[in-house]
Amino acid sequence: MSAILETRGLTKTFGGLTAVDDVSFALQKGELLAMIGPNGAGKSTCFNMLMGQLPPTSGAVYLDGEVITGLGPRQIWRRGVGRTFQITATYASMTVVENVQMALLSHNGEIFRVLPFAHRMHRDRALALLDMVGMAAQADRHCAVLAYGDLKRMELAIALAHDPKLLLMDEPTAGMAPRERLALMELTARIVAEQGVSVLFTEHDMDVVFGHAHRIMVLNRGALIAEGNAAEIRANPLVQDVYLGGGTVFGRAEKTDA
Amino acid sequence: MEFFVAQILTGLANASSLFLVACGLSLIFGVTRIVNFAHGSLYMLGAYIGLTLMEVLPGHFGFWGSILLAGIAVGLIGVVIEMLVLRPVYRAPELFQLVATFGVILVIQDLALLIWGPEDQLGPRAPGLRGVFRIMGEPIPKYDIVLLIITPFIALALWWMMTRTRLGVLVRAATQDREMVGALGVNQAWLFTGVFALGSALAGLGGALQLPKGGADLLMDFTILTPVFVVVVIGGMGSLPGAYLAAIIISVLNVFGVTYIPQSTLVLMFIVMIVVLMIRPYGLLGREEVAGEHGQVGEPEEPIKPASARVRAIVAVGLALLALLPLFGGNFALVLTTDILIFCLFAASLHFLLGLGGMVSFGHAAYYGGGAYVAALLVTWTETPMELAFLLAPIGAGLIAIVVGWVCLRLTGVYFAMLTLAFAQLLWSLVWQWQEVTGGDDGLVNIWPAGWLNDNTIYFYVALVFSVGGILMLRHVAHSPFGYALRAARDSKRQAEATGIDTRRVQLLAFTFAGFMGGLAGALFVFSKGSVFPNELEIVRSFDALIVVFLGGVKTLAGGVVGAGFFKGVEDVLTRFEYWRLIMGLLIIFVVVVAPEGIVGSLRRAWRHFGPGDSQDAATTKEERRL
Repeated sequence: MSAILETRGLTKTFGGLTAVDDVSFALQKGELLAMIGPNGAGKSTCFNMLMGQLPPTSGAVYLDGEVITGLGPRQIWRRGVGRTFQITATYASMTVVENVQMALLSHNGEIFRVLPFAHRMHRDRALALLDMVGMAAQADRHCAVLAYGDLKRMELAIALAHDPKLLLMDEPTAGMAPRERLALMELTARIVAEQGVSVLFTEHDMDVVFGHAHRIMVLNRGALIAEGNAAEIRANPLVQDVYLGGGTVFGRAEKTDA
Repeated sequence: MEFFVAQILTGLANASSLFLVACGLSLIFGVTRIVNFAHGSLYMLGAYIGLTLMEVLPGHFGFWGSILLAGIAVGLIGVVIEMLVLRPVYRAPELFQLVATFGVILVIQDLALLIWGPEDQLGPRAPGLRGVFRIMGEPIPKYDIVLLIITPFIALALWWMMTRTRLGVLVRAATQDREMVGALGVNQAWLFTGVFALGSALAGLGGALQLPKGGADLLMDFTILTPVFVVVVIGGMGSLPGAYLAAIIISVLNVFGVTYIPQSTLVLMFIVMIVVLMIRPYGLLGREEVAGEHGQVGEPEEPIKPASARVRAIVAVGLALLALLPLFGGNFALVLTTDILIFCLFAASLHFLLGLGGMVSFGHAAYYGGGAYVAALLVTWTETPMELAFLLAPIGAGLIAIVVGWVCLRLTGVYFAMLTLAFAQLLWSLVWQWQEVTGGDDGLVNIWPAGWLNDNTIYFYVALVFSVGGILMLRHVAHSPFGYALRAARDSKRQAEATGIDTRRVQLLAFTFAGFMGGLAGALFVFSKGSVFPNELEIVRSFDALIVVFLGGVKTLAGGVVGAGFFKGVEDVLTRFEYWRLIMGLLIIFVVVVAPEGIVGSLRRAWRHFGPGDSQDAATTKEERRL
């Protein structure tokens, strides 16, 4: 197995603050990797560097063995990385299917074309993508009237539009109802299994993380403090310390499990 | 050296009124987010009211009391305007309120004409301050010295009010986050009214204060508007110290400009503005606007669909009827319809930018007038055949748009709008002051179409073909992948960039395309009139287009064309009356208050309520999307 995404010594400092400190990890093909950590641990900064929104102070990011540090979000997307946002970013004036078609138009390099009507282009492929996330029935609805959970699913369809090899999901279930959260992660896990996409996601909901992630990384104060499968992370005294503080570790860890 | 000091002192004295008016505008914008176009009118009212009071009240007390009372009176007028005109439209789409303020401009213009008559009025000298002081041998009017001394005190008083009083705290808080201020239990309606009154009072004060220097006339509303916008933008929206600093810079610069390079004083001001904004995009002392903070107010735009066969058939019949006009309409009808067609194309090009692109340009006349001037200059100086000049005009306008767009697209929101205005004014002042080439105020004349087109009927067909063709092309692009990418960049820049869309390039291209189409309208215009004057580049021309697009409905496809057709037609009827501006202004305010979604938007809503298939879900109401 070769690593799809790899970081080596990724570091970001803002003035005197080291937000991300020498983070190195690798994401394997077909893997669903979770990055967790308390607020302010550096997850979002880390994500922004992976997506090209922030240039790292030092260190490098490799996609399929090639350096992608210094590339902008657009170039990184063109290399087959999809992303979803913590707060959904959608085209509110378009229908659901048009939102997906937009990504397909961009993928096919047809943004500057003026000839055919856009709403007829790649419609079938867009509908298939929506079907995959269970949104086909709502394809022609105005996206501004959708429920938040549906917007999240639509965003997932957009992120999958260019057949990415890697999907970065920043708190994919933030702002959703508990039942919807699990459904969305089940969907993601299924897509990983079916399409062979690799996923890196951050998450605050431990049910989601422990229920679906193949592997978990824990970030605290910018540094990677633990890595392993669900059982290993649960048993890791350092992680327990970070999340629960020192002291009565065992009883509360059980609660998180519930 | 002496001369130098004298120049600076004069500049500082001139800065006085400018500062007062500008900080009023800045305050109003900061809190209510309204770009108050009518601010110049309030300044004019201040001058006229002050003048009337000075005639009644005698002596020292009368003079200074009149200035103060003028300020208070204009403040009260501001309260009336805010409550009657602006309150009903705070929830309307972003920047829609400025249309209402434009209606106020028209109303005030005619009211002033009614009350004070058309003659320019000389301001009285301030009692006891008639002569000059000699400073280092140079004569400085005593009144200038007084102004120069009291302005810092007024500025200090304002600063004190802003930093030390409860009202000041509320105003500053509302400037940063209106919603939070509302959530903390402050009555926003009264806060807005209060701030609008204060800003208006400052404008009135500024108008009355400059009476001994400039008097009062009916053009002073627009004359002051441009430098005031420049000052507010250079200083930073919502910043009082910034406004003071910028007022001084602009005034001093102006005084020196008049002395050393009288040919380019106007140009100078805009060059300074452009340079400042390129280095400090949010003005000298302004803060960066948080994106989306006051973004899309109101409902998001509906999805669009190309016209159905039925709508197309109706449009085709309409066009066919229009094409038959020469058979039953007279010469006058032909000329009027030609004008309307050209204006529709101009408005449609702005609507493309504004509606689909979300780029609010306050200076779209730059491309319309620019296209007209490109054609006229080519014909005048190089004897280019009309057909070629006609084709080169939109290309020239498009080139102007590339340059302007490239600079302006570094900014967003109101700063973008102001910078586009600055470029349009730059072009206008160039044309105005570069007399040898452009003819200046006298314009360029004898720009007639080629012989075979030199007939009103034939030219009507030319205008019909090119205007309708242009409008259809703009509409088609809206439905094409490029139009979709443009809307994507407007709706969510974040998502667009994350899915490989180069939003800046898309927007620049759209800006250029809109400029090209504006230029085409300009070319059609210049050959239909046979002449062109600088007023085709004026701020008023830009506003004309802006107003009809907003009134037609920004969030609808047909808004620009419908608004333009409707208002150009109404205007033609109204201009036959003496006080047509009053009626037009009231009409505009009426439409704004009654139909905040514009004509087309409101028709669509009415259709949904009363028409067939009254479902709330957009998926089932396909018909109205096509409007």
